Amino acid sequence: MAKSLLAPLAAATVVLFAIALVLIAQAPPESTMGLVQKIFYFHLPSWLGMYSAIFTCGVASILVLAKGSAVADRFAVAGAELAVLFGANGLVTGPLWARKAWGVWWTWEVRLVSALLLWLVFVAYLIVRRYAGPGSDKLAAAVALFGTAVSPFVYISVNFWRTMHPKTTVLPTLPTSMGVPMLFSCLAFMALFGTLLAIRVRLAERETALDALYLAYED
Amino acid sequence: MAIRRPLRGVPTAVLTAWLIAVPALAQQPPGTASEYVPVPEGSIQTEQLPAAPLLIAAYAFFIAVVVLYVWTLGRRLTKVETEMRALEQKAQTGRR
Amino acid sequence: MFLRAALLVLRKDFAIERKSLEILVTTLFFAVSCVLVFSFGLVKEGKAPTDAAAAILWIAVAFAGTLALGRTFERERYGDTIRALLMAPVPRPALYVGKLLGVVLLLFATEAILVPLIAILFAAPLLARPLLFLAVLVSGSVGFAAVGTLFAAMLMRTRSRDVLLPILLYPITIPVIICGVRGTAALMASPADEAMAAVWLSILIALDVVFVTIALWTFETLMVD
Repeated sequence: MAKSLLAPLAAATVVLFAIALVLIAQAPPESTMGLVQKIFYFHLPSWLGMYSAIFTCGVASILVLAKGSAVADRFAVAGAELAVLFGANGLVTGPLWARKAWGVWWTWEVRLVSALLLWLVFVAYLIVRRYAGPGSDKLAAAVALFGTAVSPFVYISVNFWRTMHPKTTVLPTLPTSMGVPMLFSCLAFMALFGTLLAIRVRLAERETALDALYLAYED
Repeated sequence: MAIRRPLRGVPTAVLTAWLIAVPALAQQPPGTASEYVPVPEGSIQTEQLPAAPLLIAAYAFFIAVVVLYVWTLGRRLTKVETEMRALEQKAQTGRR
Repeated sequence: MFLRAALLVLRKDFAIERKSLEILVTTLFFAVSCVLVFSFGLVKEGKAPTDAAAAILWIAVAFAGTLALGRTFERERYGDTIRALLMAPVPRPALYVGKLLGVVLLLFATEAILVPLIAILFAAPLLARPLLFLAVLVSGSVGFAAVGTLFAAMLMRTRSRDVLLPILLYPITIPVIICGVRGTAALMASPADEAMAAVWLSILIALDVVFVTIALWTFETLMVD
């Protein structure tokens, strides 16, 4: 399945990014934040990518624990790596934007803290897979499961602190001149997510096949 | 764990639907702009902190990270493929 | 049957611990030195920042708890008794519950020393609202121990287990710490904000339920390896 989707996904990614970048360059600067607000077009889709990746990893981890499925395991690893990738992007672009827009690199605000903690959980996932030795796939799946299950609580518990983040209702009030570039940017990021996921799952497939070959050869 | 033939299209369909649905649902018809307002022409003032380096840094970081990741994936894939071919060749010569 | 098995595991650990008191004494001493280190870090001109007492209490519990978890399971691994436990004709989750009860009791013992110590050192009215405070303390400890026991058990036979436990544990138990600290701080305020503390307490209880449920479900799968 991954193989058949890869070429169209990659093509879609390139096309969508090209369109998105052109549109972003043409989009008008925002009145209070100026030019730096254009980071927004990459910042928000990064979080979309991270949450999609976390969803993938979470569902796949449940399957790994419940059924011991090898296919699910590959999706779990791919999802975790992409969660760290897109999350890192969000965590870097956010402060870069905030420094200009709000004057500080970091504030202890709901979405930032929740996102940071969730990102750390998936970094821990990758650390477990790398260093825990045999059986690490199930351990890591448990970590992913706990992390995903706890994320609403992270949000709720951090929510009672003060917030500087724009309200989530920003998107519906975006004027068309900014909404369209944002839409294309989101689509481009989702296409990128799909492409990277397909490539990573394929890599995991080939590595499993290689291991099986080694075992067969030794016999 | 093999996915049965008739069900093979399902993960593809679900993935495609998800990839389209997420950005689509994130959009809503634009209403009155209250927080993100485009600048009226010609009224931009110069700001204290230069925005350009931050903007460039943000986009550059993203591109760098993605390119690096794709490059490492590509490298690992080619390594696995060459190892597989070497093993298959060895198996062939071994059988002969 | 389930409960009896769990209590048997608890009794076993208790019996072993009673002989040497090794884990109890060392954990207590570590917690106390933790508090002292924080005091010297935070106290300025004889006064600590207002919510410091709440923060220090929960941080000390978290650190001491992590150590205690590692060493409880190290003991099982060292004696290779874990295989005997797993072969016993009891439901596996009962083992988890037994271990969990042991860790929770150890945390309570630590807190019994820490709470008066911190109250004295920081002149903090920790026991202003004793019942609510106790509820927050208990539910927070149970939440922390629930995740910790599962992770410590599953890491028992892995490499780098000592350092992996904090790496895995802390991001996931941070909501427990947040709710614990904020709940304690709310109760220490003057006048004590009982409504807010009740909110934190309800989040903690919900977290406890979620953690224990997931742990009971995954324990079987993870211990088969």
